[in-house]
Amino acid sequence: MIVQALAFYAFAAVAIASGVMVISARNPVHSVLFLILAFFSAAGLFVLLGAEFLAMILVIVYVGAVAVLFLFVVMMLDINFVELRQGFLQYLPVGALVGLILLAELILMFGAWVVAPGAPQAAVAPTPSTLSNTAALGTLLYTHYVYAFQTAGAVLLVAMIGAIVLTHRTRPDSRRQRIARQVARRREDTLEIVKVRPGEGA
Amino acid sequence: MTAAPDFLPVLPEMFLGASGMVLLIVGAYAGARAIRAVTWLAVLALAATAAILLYPAWTAGVTRQVSLFGMFVTDGLGVFTQTLVIIGSLLSLLIAMRFNEREGIARFEFPVLVLIATAGMMMMIAANDLIALYLGLELQSLALYVLAAFARDDVRSTEAGLKYFVLGAVASGMLLFGASMVYGFAGTTSFDGLAKLFAGGGAAGVGLITGIVFISVGLAFKVSAVPFHMWTPDVYEGAPTPVTAFFSIAPKIAALTLFLRVMLQPFGGLFGDWQQIIWAISVASMAWGAFAAIAQRNIKRLMAYSSIGHVGYALIGLAAGTAAGVRGVLVYIAIYLFMNVGTFAGILCMRRNGKMVEGIDDLAGLSRTHPALALALAIFMFSLAGIPPLAGFFGKLYVFMAAIDAGLPVLAVIGVLTSVVGAYYYLRIVKLMYFDEAQGAFDRPFGGEVAAVLLVCAVAILFFIAWPGPLLNGADAVAATLFPG
Repeated sequence: MIVQALAFYAFAAVAIASGVMVISARNPVHSVLFLILAFFSAAGLFVLLGAEFLAMILVIVYVGAVAVLFLFVVMMLDINFVELRQGFLQYLPVGALVGLILLAELILMFGAWVVAPGAPQAAVAPTPSTLSNTAALGTLLYTHYVYAFQTAGAVLLVAMIGAIVLTHRTRPDSRRQRIARQVARRREDTLEIVKVRPGEGA
Repeated sequence: MTAAPDFLPVLPEMFLGASGMVLLIVGAYAGARAIRAVTWLAVLALAATAAILLYPAWTAGVTRQVSLFGMFVTDGLGVFTQTLVIIGSLLSLLIAMRFNEREGIARFEFPVLVLIATAGMMMMIAANDLIALYLGLELQSLALYVLAAFARDDVRSTEAGLKYFVLGAVASGMLLFGASMVYGFAGTTSFDGLAKLFAGGGAAGVGLITGIVFISVGLAFKVSAVPFHMWTPDVYEGAPTPVTAFFSIAPKIAALTLFLRVMLQPFGGLFGDWQQIIWAISVASMAWGAFAAIAQRNIKRLMAYSSIGHVGYALIGLAAGTAAGVRGVLVYIAIYLFMNVGTFAGILCMRRNGKMVEGIDDLAGLSRTHPALALALAIFMFSLAGIPPLAGFFGKLYVFMAAIDAGLPVLAVIGVLTSVVGAYYYLRIVKLMYFDEAQGAFDRPFGGEVAAVLLVCAVAILFFIAWPGPLLNGADAVAATLFPG
């Protein structure tokens, strides 16, 4: 038990600390690296909760894809982060105020929390006790939520079509190698032998 | 093991989505040569979907059936409005074909995106769960964002797409937040479960009410009701005209249906709590739609404000919360569909020296240069204004009657007053066309499809009074199933 508690505090502390570093690091590349650390710590927390599948997904999707994409963007785009950062402290009081209000609202909301009568019975999926995490998620996803799952796939397809429609351009003027045309080229099309008699040239 | 779910009720949506994907492959391989063929195939696919949807309803009648583990519902309301959505998409595709070719934005992705958006609309109409609702809504919205920016070399179109995307994402966030509140406080996302929970009309907690408010904000954005209408004029003006026509019809019908379904089925027991919200946005939409439209000089912006106003009228029926009110909404959106498609087909003809013109003044003297087009537009304008023998009048009549029967005479009176204000700018267009100096003819030919759509819509509006039976009876039957007993 004590190991678990220690692990929890370690992961949580690292997550918060790296979260703070994400917004305070001077070098944007360091920010992204701290973000990756935050993701890893969150994955550790998920493992402690018994949600191994979510932990793995977090590492694979967020660290493997999203954070790397961020790195690409940060490194490839020429953004002046020092300039963006100016006035950061100036906005701090307002930001803190908004944060406080949000916190107060959250506290108020949880204060009003009442479980509706009949709500536990109405829940669709009870927590499974015999299945492993991944198997339980898979079973639910491909049975109860097959409709939602497939629709989400269609939404992603639309996103892909949209990205292509809005950005893909055909460039008729680019000089690409066309092997078929090279092979089909014959001597008669390109060479012309002109007999030049001496003394008649211009 | 869990048995495989019955996919048969979802067949129309699956067919539509699958034909979208097939056409995508056809387009990708055949390239620019096949754009027209792909568009016609898309029209065919929409017609086939309507047939698949209506065949079982025709032979066996529609009984409420919940499938896919409570995610999906097939009922009269769904079949009725899904048919309208399909008709709207089909007509929009028809009038878009030539326009896209002339403007140099013809690409095979256009019909594919329209098909997928339509599938999304059908899914959101048939949603029986907050998750299904959200996914259907996103499927259609995402396709619509892309369509708004379809003329990607045009600054205004790109701006419209971006604006629509950002504001739409905010609205989706609101809706999602509301849905999570409802789930958090009610413990279920299923509409049936929620309906059971609220059936007694018992007091709902603050958390639930907050959730419902946020969900209605998201939905009000999607139907562009005041005060969540800010995006409408800019997006309508910037998007390519056939896309604007599509926006003002199919998604609006789908979102209004969703509004009806969400408010009346899961939250039906809380009628007293949400009625005032609907009342307020209905009045605000009617008033803003009428007054803000007066100053407009661009016909697409004018139609945007007009559509805001019409949403206000349609919401009267929901505020009434009775079977008569629902019938009013259904009749209203069906008639609105034909008026709007017709008007936009007319707007698509506004082309001078190879360029689209969009000013209202460009219509001056149309009766002398193009008498048939002027007559058709005049019919649509009279109908939009709600002048008696035309169909638009009956749409308004039924919602106003429902409001009075439900004890909301103030709402009906405000509706009548704002439609008098609205009549001013509709009739001004008629006056321009018939009594002002001609500005010079529009380019010909308009294209066979546009002319056919104009003719069909004008005839439908003009002769609705002669044969109103099918629409009224259909709407009656649907409304009766929503209010058993």
